[in-house]
Amino acid sequence: MKEVILLSFKSLLNRKVTTALTVFTIALSMVLLLGIERVRKGTKESFESTVSRVDLIVGARGGSINLLLYSVFRIGDATNNLSYESYREFAKHEEVAWTIPISLGDSHKGYRVVGTNESYFEHYRYAGSKTIRFSQGQRFAGLFDVVLGADVAQKLDYKLGDRITLSHGTSRAAFQEHKDKPFVISGILEKTGTPVDQSLHVSLEAIEALHVDWRNGAPPRKGEEVSGEKLQKMELQPHAITAFFVRLKSKIGIFQVQREVNEYEEEALSAILPGVSLKQLWQTLGGAEKVLRVVSFFVFVVSLVSMLIALLTTLNERRREMAILRSVGARAKFIFGLLIFEAGLLALLGVLSGLSLLYLGLWVAQPILELKLGLNVGLYDFSATDFYYIFIIFVGALVVGLFPAWSAYRKSLSDGLVVRL
Amino acid sequence: MTSDSAIDISNLQFTWPGQEKPLLDIESFRVAKGEKVFLCGPSGSGKSTLLNLVGGVLAANRGQLAVLDKDLARMSSSARDQFRGHHMGFIFQMFNLIPYLSMVENVILPCRFSKSKAQRILEGGGSLESEAERLLSHLNINVEEMKNRPVTELSVGQQQRVATARALMGQPEIIIADEPTSALDADTRDSFIELLFAECSRSQATLLFVSHDSVLGQKFDRTDYLSTLNKVGGDS
Repeated sequence: MKEVILLSFKSLLNRKVTTALTVFTIALSMVLLLGIERVRKGTKESFESTVSRVDLIVGARGGSINLLLYSVFRIGDATNNLSYESYREFAKHEEVAWTIPISLGDSHKGYRVVGTNESYFEHYRYAGSKTIRFSQGQRFAGLFDVVLGADVAQKLDYKLGDRITLSHGTSRAAFQEHKDKPFVISGILEKTGTPVDQSLHVSLEAIEALHVDWRNGAPPRKGEEVSGEKLQKMELQPHAITAFFVRLKSKIGIFQVQREVNEYEEEALSAILPGVSLKQLWQTLGGAEKVLRVVSFFVFVVSLVSMLIALLTTLNERRREMAILRSVGARAKFIFGLLIFEAGLLALLGVLSGLSLLYLGLWVAQPILELKLGLNVGLYDFSATDFYYIFIIFVGALVVGLFPAWSAYRKSLSDGLVVRL
Repeated sequence: MTSDSAIDISNLQFTWPGQEKPLLDIESFRVAKGEKVFLCGPSGSGKSTLLNLVGGVLAANRGQLAVLDKDLARMSSSARDQFRGHHMGFIFQMFNLIPYLSMVENVILPCRFSKSKAQRILEGGGSLESEAERLLSHLNINVEEMKNRPVTELSVGQQQRVATARALMGQPEIIIADEPTSALDADTRDSFIELLFAECSRSQATLLFVSHDSVLGQKFDRTDYLSTLNKVGGDS
């Protein structure tokens, strides 16, 4: 055994370039397999925890994915609003701990405006237990205060105190501007990696104020506009919201409250469990990860083939070496063991350098991913899947190593001590 | 029963599995202990097969092949491998050295596979390295100068002498040389054979020297022709 280790080490060292390249391809395939797995897990986790601690999302009756898309991801539009009375009804429900109302429909340069209240800043959680924090300024206090998500402020280069106008409708080319009622930026949020970053937040009253002088979805006619100053003094009461998030006092009540919502007689509502719907949505979106996995698997296969080539091409010129080893008393089995051990050593070096590369890469990329994408890729969460991949790489290399080993063994048996080239 | 023969062959037959005609059929061939025998045979005379049989890599189908009074046919293949490692030293035609080992490591190589070779040296009081260096300088290798060079940079003549040192390492009873001079020019060839003779005599080893070049035979105790020994003759 000692001889096998010594000779295979020296033999690999003698072929530095081929060895280094083979190790590198194995390392690279390992970085891809494990790296993609990490990113996939990170993406999935941050996707599925876009909203956390919310037990139910309630909106006008419609598809559950649609409700999830517009309430959480602010993609698409609600088919219907729900009345503020219905919201108040459920907010007062004895099982309910807190609620966050969401009122959508306006936008600013393509970014969605969310009408909500204090509890949004109080209770909204993402990625487990992370709260929304302000990088500058504070919550909206005045009627025409607006709080920007991190991306909105950054992309549009807004500062605290800037005045902006909102547009009616949600398309980027929104045609009707609420020009008469400008908002003042009162706060800018920290990056969260969730759709919050792409939202502008105003109070429910502000949403009401924007539309108080509108009639049947049309802007106020000349002379009918209500001025900002006048609105400040008015007692504004929201009429409708788009959806609301519900947190219950105990999980046990979830299905009961969900049924109550779905069977609510005053209005056609539906309630969804965000966790379940997020998982469903991820499954439909998750096709890309499978493609990535397949690609990295093929890279792995290519790395094994290159190892096979590296071992096989040397085999013919090593026939004399094998005859010499045989002549000094090595068994044919020794030749087999030598080649297998070389394959194993290549795999081990590949796995080790792959791991170092991966951790180095993660160590460098992690803060950037976190900051730019809000993606949390765990540096230290070594999972069972990682072990599985390492095992597969190692076993794969050994299995591939069987071919040259067997070939060398057969050749050594037929050559014996005399090699005829 | 001990005799004074190093190699004793009688009625030996070897046939590859699946073939009808035997490749080798030798009625009698004997090499006495300490003898230096020149075995002349062109390639294709069954030379490689005979070497593989004596070395214990192949096993005879019929007859007796005793090396140092041990019948190789009765041993398992791994016992034959071990026997070869303990009692024999080989020198080949060319590319005798393992390219990724140093010169001294190449010479020590047999001791890694044969404890008895290593033991013989260690009992003599020296280390394996010092014995290797001693043998090398006996074979006119400037050890200090060559020590740290890759073996691939050695000249063919030097390589063959390093290979001879390896074969002699641990004082095996039998040295088998298979065309060791065919890659050497006339001058180096003669001095090589003289060195080989001197070292074999010093360690009292039996030498079986195989070559197609019958001119070399003059210096040996005895010359045998494989074509007359092998009743099959012809192609291998």
